[in-house]
Amino acid sequence: MPIPASSAADSLKVRVFRSDGAQSGRFVDYEVPRQPSQTILDVVTYIQREIDPTLAYRFACRVGMCGSCAMTVNGKARWTCRTHVQTVAGEGQVEIAPLANLPVIRDLVTDMREFFDKWARARGQFVPTATRRDEFAKVSPESPQRRAIDATIECIGCAVCYASCDVVTWNPHYLGPAALNRAWTLVNDVRDGDRTGRLGAVSGDAGCHACHTQQTCTLRCPKHLTPTDSIAGLKRASLLAALRGEIA
Amino acid sequence: MSAARREAYLWLASRASAAVLALCVVVHLATMIVAVRSGLSAADILGRTRGSTTWAVFYAVFVIAVAVHAPLGLRSVLSELVRRQGALLDWTMALLALVLLAGGLRAVFAVTIA
Repeated sequence: MPIPASSAADSLKVRVFRSDGAQSGRFVDYEVPRQPSQTILDVVTYIQREIDPTLAYRFACRVGMCGSCAMTVNGKARWTCRTHVQTVAGEGQVEIAPLANLPVIRDLVTDMREFFDKWARARGQFVPTATRRDEFAKVSPESPQRRAIDATIECIGCAVCYASCDVVTWNPHYLGPAALNRAWTLVNDVRDGDRTGRLGAVSGDAGCHACHTQQTCTLRCPKHLTPTDSIAGLKRASLLAALRGEIA
Repeated sequence: MSAARREAYLWLASRASAAVLALCVVVHLATMIVAVRSGLSAADILGRTRGSTTWAVFYAVFVIAVAVHAPLGLRSVLSELVRRQGALLDWTMALLALVLLAGGLRAVFAVTIA
């Protein structure tokens, strides 16, 4: 259903990054009617449906679960489906750009391959130690290892932390907060069978020790997770593994 | 040694030297504040430090911590600035550590023993 237009006084000035996928691009100005409880994703959707159908952007669930719609809003990475215009449009203006630290495919759509490849490089895959014939593993919710990852398992892979990380900007090989958060989750999973291999994978030149603890990832995470804690945990675990001779 | 193991050890060296530095800087600053109350001159300083094994050991530890910590921090900064890691950077930082160590220990020797 088209969104009804409103008066010009109730409009929002929006600058949207437009690019055909080359490294360069430019900002294009649009005027979008204000709506109650309007989100940045609503704004982008309005532009595409009512003004310029060639605008490319990515979204799926619209309710903060899938992690697809993250963009740079007024210079900061945010999940756009849960970002209300009124919280970011100080003087009735909003600037929307694709996520930083990722190549642009077109307009607001970034290529997420490197982001998720780094999850694989950090050994983000669960390595089972049991078969389907074994009993279900019993993991006490009160155990220290399970409690350490109560929050980390809630990561939705939106790449807001990755786009906000200065270390990724300066060192493109750095695994980044999300991949390291995933590794920390599995390091604490008592069912997993590759703890040592994973600690080795996250401890190299581009691993957890490259983090400067600036905590922008923690500041910007829309799920209020603390990847900095996860990375600090990995630093300690990796050092202990090295001292014990477990890391080659 | 693998990169993983090396980075873990260097991280330990960085953190351990930082802890030592934190203590040394506090003692050094406190000494300065107390020392300037009775006048600040080369003679006053040397009168306190000359022949003192305690100050010799303290500042030698201070210098060693600096020689470990500063090159590691600079290594992190430079590896991001030049977007390159490897043997050349590591050896350059090892050389810097030696320069800091030699210069620092020479100064300690000069004000405490010589």
